Amino acid sequence: MLLHMQHGPPDVQMSLPYGQLAAIRLGFGLSPLLTSPDTAAAVAASARQSGPDAHAVTMPIVREMQVEVLRLAKLAREGGDQEEYRQYRQEMGRRHFHAVVERFVRALDAPSGFGERLVAFWASHFAVRGGNPHTDLLSAALVDEAIRPHLTGRFAEMMIAAETHPAMLLYLDQVSSVGPNSIRARRRPDKGFGLNENLAREMIELHSLGVGADYSQKDVEQLARLLAGLTYNNKSPEIFLERNSEPGAEIILGRAYGNDRDHGTLNDIHAAITDLATHEATARHIARKLAIHFISDDPPQSAINRLAGVFHDTGGDLAAVNLALAEAPELDSCFRQKVRPPFEFLVTSLRGLGVTGDALRRMHRKDVRQSLLEPLGNMGQPWARPKGPDGWPEAASDWATPQGLAMRINWAMTQPSRLVDPLPDPRRVLADALGDSASPALRWAVPKAESRRDGVALILASADFNRR
Amino acid sequence: MVSRRLFLRSAALLGCSAAASPLLTPLALAGAPGDNRLVVIILRGAMDGIDVFQPYGDRNLRRLRQTLSLGPDHGAIDLDGFFALHPGLSPLLPLWAAGHLAFAPAVSTPYRDKRSHFDGQNLLEAGTGTDIDLDHQQDGWLNRLLQEMPDQASETAYSIGVEDMRILQGPAPAKSWAPEANLILGPQAALLLSHVYHDDPLFREAGGQAMEIAEQLQGSGQPELARDEHLALAQFAADRLNRDTRIASFSLGGWDTHARQAGNISRALQRLAETILVLKEGLGTHWDRTTIMAVTEFGRTAQENGSAGTDHGTGGALLVAGGTLRSSRAMGDWPGLAEGDLYDGRDLMPLRDIRAYAAWALHAKFGLPKGTLERRIFPGLEMGSDPRMLA
Repeated sequence: MLLHMQHGPPDVQMSLPYGQLAAIRLGFGLSPLLTSPDTAAAVAASARQSGPDAHAVTMPIVREMQVEVLRLAKLAREGGDQEEYRQYRQEMGRRHFHAVVERFVRALDAPSGFGERLVAFWASHFAVRGGNPHTDLLSAALVDEAIRPHLTGRFAEMMIAAETHPAMLLYLDQVSSVGPNSIRARRRPDKGFGLNENLAREMIELHSLGVGADYSQKDVEQLARLLAGLTYNNKSPEIFLERNSEPGAEIILGRAYGNDRDHGTLNDIHAAITDLATHEATARHIARKLAIHFISDDPPQSAINRLAGVFHDTGGDLAAVNLALAEAPELDSCFRQKVRPPFEFLVTSLRGLGVTGDALRRMHRKDVRQSLLEPLGNMGQPWARPKGPDGWPEAASDWATPQGLAMRINWAMTQPSRLVDPLPDPRRVLADALGDSASPALRWAVPKAESRRDGVALILASADFNRR
Repeated sequence: MVSRRLFLRSAALLGCSAAASPLLTPLALAGAPGDNRLVVIILRGAMDGIDVFQPYGDRNLRRLRQTLSLGPDHGAIDLDGFFALHPGLSPLLPLWAAGHLAFAPAVSTPYRDKRSHFDGQNLLEAGTGTDIDLDHQQDGWLNRLLQEMPDQASETAYSIGVEDMRILQGPAPAKSWAPEANLILGPQAALLLSHVYHDDPLFREAGGQAMEIAEQLQGSGQPELARDEHLALAQFAADRLNRDTRIASFSLGGWDTHARQAGNISRALQRLAETILVLKEGLGTHWDRTTIMAVTEFGRTAQENGSAGTDHGTGGALLVAGGTLRSSRAMGDWPGLAEGDLYDGRDLMPLRDIRAYAAWALHAKFGLPKGTLERRIFPGLEMGSDPRMLA
C-alpha cells in the first residue's frame, strides 16, 4: 500500500542545537546560506543590527511628499495637470513599495533574524494602518523612526517615539483632539473644539498597562487632557502646539503632570509616558505579549513572570528583555506551538529556498506583487493593514484556517518554481529549511513526491514548516 | 537526526494552543466601511429571462416557445401562479420560501438594437447611458460606488476570476484575484500532504478543508475540474466578504444559448444556483447583510429559433438574492408577449432600467443619496419609484 508508513527505529533522543532552535523560534527559520548565532547572548546582541539603515523612511521625506502631492492635487482640481498628480501619487507608492521590499530583504539576509522579528512584533504592538499613499508611508516611517532605533534601548524611549509619531497621532485621532480650555478653544468657542480619547485609551489599554490593569476611565480622560497639544500637520515638523494644550495639571494613576501654567508641555507628556512605560502592570503586559508571540499562544506563567521580572527590574531595558527571551527554556519546551503568520511564512520559505535579498531587489515590481504581496493579503495579512490598533492576531487557529492554509498550499505549489531556478532537490530543501527538526512523517513523504515541485510544496505546506 | 521526540512533543502540546479558541476580530470596527455586502454577478452571454422565470400565465408563451419554457407541466416550479422557475434553479427554492429570492422579469440597460455582447456588457458594467461613447468609458459603476464610500480601502472591493471586470475598474483601488495561477495538487501530492497533516489536529482539520478549496481552485491545469471554478469564485468571495471586503463581483458564463438551450441553460443555471448557495453557506450570519444581484447584458428573443435555442434580444431578467430582501416576488410589471407588446416585434419589452434596481439597492444599503446615484454612479438615470426590494 502506497501510504504504509515505516517509521524505523526512533532517532536519537536529543534537542535541537541552539542555533537551529533560535533561528526557527526567534528568527525567520533556517537558510542554506546563513548560520544563526549559536549562543543566546549572540542572538540577543544581533538585534542591534536591526537599527534604521540607509533605506529608512523618515518624516522629512514623508512630509515633503505629502506637501507636494497635495499641491499637485490642488492644481489638478483647479484644472491643472492631472497626469503630474497621478504620477506623483505613483511615486509615493513606489517609495513605499521600496520600503516593503527592504523589510523583506533585511529579514531574508539577517543571519539571526531576531532583530527583524522584534521589528515585526513591535510594529504590531504599536500598530497603525496603511492603505493609501500617505498612511502607507507614515506606517513605514513609524517603524524606521520609532521602533528600529529602540529595539535594544529602553521601552519608554520606544513608547515615547511611537506615541508621538505622526503616524500614530493620525491613526488614533490625536490630531483632532484639542483641550477644551486651551488657548485655541477659548479664542474660537464657536468651533466646538474638544478632546478625542482614542490615543489616550489605547496608550493605556494596548500599549502599556493592558486592559486588565488597575486604572479607570478617569485616568484615560486625564491622559487625554494631558495629550492635548500633540498634533500633526505635514507643513511643520512640530508635533506639539501649546495653544491646543490644556492648562493646569492632570492626575494620572494618582500622579500629577503639568502645573499651573496656562498651557501644557511636551515634557509633561514624556514624563507621563515614561511612568506608564515603566509601570509594573506594563512589565507584565509586555512580558505576556512577548511570551505569546515568541513562546506559545498560551505561555507558561513562569515564562511571563521571568520576562516581567527582567523588564521591571531593569526599568524596561529591552536589551535585557531580549536576552531573557533568547535564554528562555520554553523556546525548547513549547516548540512548535505557534503558527507562523503569513509574512514570516513567506520570508521563512524564501530563506529556506536560498533566495537572497539581492535577488529580491532584482525582481520586477509586478512579480514581487504577484509572488509576495498579493499572497500575503490572500493568506490574511495584507501589508501594514491590521484590522485595528491591537495589531495582528496571535492564535494558531487565526492563521491555520482552511482558506488561509489553501493559500499557503497554493503558494507552495506555484511560487517556488517562479522564484528559484532551478528548484532545488526537495531532500536538500528538507535539510536546509528544517534542519534536524523535520518530523518522521515529513521525512517519509518528501522523497515520495512525484516531482521536485510537489516535494518542495509538501515541505513548505507542512505543519512542521508552518509552525515554530 | 532526532526529531521523533520533537515530533511527539509538538503533537502532544497542541492542546495548549488548540485551547485558545479563534477570537474572531469583529468586523464592525470604525475603519470598516459599513457592514452591508453587495455581490454583483455578471451573467455573460445574455441569459434568457423568459426561460428562467417562465411566464406560463401569459397565454402567448406557448405560441412563441415550442420546446422551451414549457411551464409547471414540464418540470418548472410554480412561483406565484403566473411565473414558474426553471428546474435548474430549483436548489434555490428554499430561498424563495424564506423570502430571500426575487426577480424583475422585464428589465434592461439603456443599450438597444445592435445586440452585441461586448457592447452590451460594457454598458452594463459602465452603468452609464448611451450618450457616452463606450470607447471612452473609463470606469465601472462599482468603482464609482467605491469612490463614494467614506472609508473605502484596497480590501473593500474584489473582482474575482480571470474575467476582466470593467465594472470595478477605475481610480478607486479594488483588489482582484483569480485562480489562474492554479495550484495543481495532483492526487499523489494531496495524499502525501494529508499524511503529513495527519498527526496535527489543527492542520489535519484545516488542511482537509484547504485541500477541498485547493481542489476547486484547480481549473486551467485540469480541464475536467474547470467546470467547478464557480465554486472557487463563490468560496473566495464569501471568505473575503467575511473580512474587510464589502463589494465583490465576478462573472458566470454559458448563457449564449443559440442552440440546444434546454441542456445548456440547465448547466448554467445549476452553476448559478450553486454559486448563490456557496455564497450563502460561506457567509453564515453575514448573509443577512448581503445582497446578490445577477445581471446580464440583455435578454433573448421571445420566439424560440429553429435550433431549439434563442437569439440575442432586449428585455431580460434580473435575479436578486440575499438576506436583505423584503420578500420573494416578481418585481415590476409584465409587458406581455402578444405580438404588439414585443420590442421591435421580436424581443421582450423592457419596462424598467436595470440600473434603477441597483440604484435603489445602493440607496438602501450603502446610504447613497438619490442625487449622487442619478448623477455620479449611474449618470442620467431616473430612479423612479422605490421598488421596495430590500428591507
